[in-house]
Amino acid sequence: MKHTKRVFFTLVGIAAIAFSGFAGIANAWEPTKPVNFIIMAGKGGGADKMARLMQAIVEKENLSNRPLIPTNKSGGSGAEALVAANTASDPDHTIMVTLNSFYTTPLRQPGLGIDVMTFAPVGRMAEDTFLLWVHKDSGLKTFEEFLAKAKAEGSGWVMGGTGKDSEDNIITDHLNGAYGLSMKYIPYKGGGAVAKDVAGKQIHSSVNNPSEALGFYESGDMVPLVAFTNERLPLFPDVPTLKEKGSEFTYYMQRSVVGAPGMSPDAEAYFSDLFTKVYNSADWQSYKSKKSLMGDFMSGGELVAYWNVQRDLHKVILKASGAIK
Amino acid sequence: MDILASLFNGILIALEPINLGLAVIGVIVGLFVGAMPGLGSVNGVAILLPFTFVIQGFTGGATSPMIFLASIYYGAMYGGAISSITLGIPGASTAVATVFDGRPLALSGRAHVALVTAAIASFIGGTISTILFTGFAPLLASVALSFGNPEIFSLMLLAFATFVGLGGDDIPKTIFSICIGLALATVGFDIITGEPRLIFFEITGFMHGIRFLVVAIGVYGIGEMLWTINSTRSGPQMSKVDVSFKGIFQAIKDFRFAWKGTLIGSTLGFFVGILPAAGATPGALMSYGVAKLTSKNPEEYGKGSIDGVAAPESANNSASTGAMLPMMTLGIPGSPTTAVLLAGMVIWGLQPGPLLFTNQPEFVWPLIGSFYISNIVAVLLNLSFIPVFLWMLRMPFTILAPVIFVLSLVGTYAAYLDMFDVGLMVLVGLAAFVLRMLDYPLAPAVLAIVLGPIAEPKLRQSLLLSDGDFSIFFTRPIAGPITVVALILIFLPFLKWISKHYRRKV
Repeated sequence: MKHTKRVFFTLVGIAAIAFSGFAGIANAWEPTKPVNFIIMAGKGGGADKMARLMQAIVEKENLSNRPLIPTNKSGGSGAEALVAANTASDPDHTIMVTLNSFYTTPLRQPGLGIDVMTFAPVGRMAEDTFLLWVHKDSGLKTFEEFLAKAKAEGSGWVMGGTGKDSEDNIITDHLNGAYGLSMKYIPYKGGGAVAKDVAGKQIHSSVNNPSEALGFYESGDMVPLVAFTNERLPLFPDVPTLKEKGSEFTYYMQRSVVGAPGMSPDAEAYFSDLFTKVYNSADWQSYKSKKSLMGDFMSGGELVAYWNVQRDLHKVILKASGAIK
Repeated sequence: MDILASLFNGILIALEPINLGLAVIGVIVGLFVGAMPGLGSVNGVAILLPFTFVIQGFTGGATSPMIFLASIYYGAMYGGAISSITLGIPGASTAVATVFDGRPLALSGRAHVALVTAAIASFIGGTISTILFTGFAPLLASVALSFGNPEIFSLMLLAFATFVGLGGDDIPKTIFSICIGLALATVGFDIITGEPRLIFFEITGFMHGIRFLVVAIGVYGIGEMLWTINSTRSGPQMSKVDVSFKGIFQAIKDFRFAWKGTLIGSTLGFFVGILPAAGATPGALMSYGVAKLTSKNPEEYGKGSIDGVAAPESANNSASTGAMLPMMTLGIPGSPTTAVLLAGMVIWGLQPGPLLFTNQPEFVWPLIGSFYISNIVAVLLNLSFIPVFLWMLRMPFTILAPVIFVLSLVGTYAAYLDMFDVGLMVLVGLAAFVLRMLDYPLAPAVLAIVLGPIAEPKLRQSLLLSDGDFSIFFTRPIAGPITVVALILIFLPFLKWISKHYRRKV
């Protein structure tokens, strides 16, 4: 009997949600077919896990009348994804979850013909953070010990990261330049594989996002030495920031959802609203705090202004490292 | 004892009516998506992920939703063999090696033998791997961690080595075929430099690379069909299909001839599956290669060897259980399907990683229990449906050929929703037909397209590590022996071939 009752209430609930939905969004734009949800990175990395979580929240909370279909397009540090979105035949049904390669890849490859300002600013879901990780068997406990060790090893010290000239590469270049190191950088397809290779002692260090390294941090295999943030992270209160070490360098990764160029304002409004709801959901908020994500929700003109600042910043960084002229 | 008690408890929970019911439904869904060309386990679990939230709403825990998705995953591994055997189109990329011998068996009127062998081999592969999983999960996780870039490259080299002998006696044509596959595998963006490669005519479709399923369906769907039409002008005579239960029972008894392939597939498949880089498709292909290499009758392979069906089928099931291991213990998905499962676990409130077994035993053990149960459910369902699958084979080829053609088109589109892929698939099919006419073996090319994208970045990452020094593949304790064995296997048939020709001339 108990079950029947529950079924009944569930059905009533579903019906209520369905009807309220009908009433609320009359006349407004809605997707008329499954939405192509492009992920600008490979399987298992921070971006991928996050995108699949967003999709799952949309399904769980029944936020959209059509499903989001995630497709990984990891090729060329996001170039494949950018091109796919840029040439989408139906921009109203094409959205993409982006990283910082959103700025860096078009800067490095002008031949792709991508202008990121033409993408629709649907919403910034978070800013991801970076930490420097080593294996516990390295015996390194502080950033200073790391510097001494890496300096002594020279190019024998191997740093792994996702992609060439990517976020991880930028941080590695900065450490090399600022502290006189000559660490070797090896590009991987995704952050999950990088963390696995640090945990397996195949490489010496990484600058993984917390979400990618958390499992190995909790098991004690991976040790964070320094955070590249303004403030110490609540999840790692004992880990100092690079700022405390006297540097001005901070680095964050945007986790934004964008619409394909040419998306209509109505569709953009719909998706902004959808992702505001995702952002405010209990699941997203708990994921944000558990995985040490920062940053508030942002959309529209505010997000475009943020992109502008970030793109200029990356132009400077890439020029300094010689990746662009 | 501790493990056995936990496992026993887990099996009891997996046998609760709701969990058992979900396993049965999951297996049926899996069989269906697995059997449909183009759709594979990844589509099944992705489409039904939302449904698991409903299940979670009813049962509260994360166990039942996971059992449901895992059953779909298993069911699809069984289902993939069905269209590989009856239609000659790989039902899923994991079942491509099943076509090599399953199709010839079907054409010679022994489809029931192939289907029964596939079902039982899948069951044994699934069960052996689950036992390994139960007993040694933490240990195996550390094995997976000890495989770095050079180790994985050596393993890929070994896979190629087992396939040099695969194309028959004509070693140069086999090498040529592998080279075609490798060249196609380099199309798209390069991970190491981030630069596009071989983007012909600047068509954006090439940017994502040439997808494996496009080649597999092209070669085996279109190419093979054209070849069949061409080689039997009057319409091929399918030998009569035995749909009687007596024939099926006889086939079950005859399974004893497939033991060797099954054992190779079960163990090798599992091992390849636990490496996060690989997955079930390379596992199945490698097992096929090794089974042939170690067979007393290698000449039977490709013409209808029972071992040739048993090895890849046991391997793809075994590898899919294996792929659960890095997903659960390291939080790294080894395949697209496990990526979806991982997302599910996160939203059901679990933290996959090295501590999952310690922190969440109430999730882990019922799930492992359900692996055993799902496999039993899947083999029983599969065996009882075999007469239905066989009925498809009774259609005359004049009807079957258009069906295969349409399924190839629809399947390719369904896989990635990309019309470019459909056009490319037809082109690949035509090219495959021409190569087949010229007597080039195609299986090595298919293998190269699967393994190339794994092997190439690993080779270059390794060489970055060693500053371009190839000795890195010989001096590391795990990579070294594997490389040496692979090189011996590669050069052995070469030497044989050279000495044969030399003798002939003298």
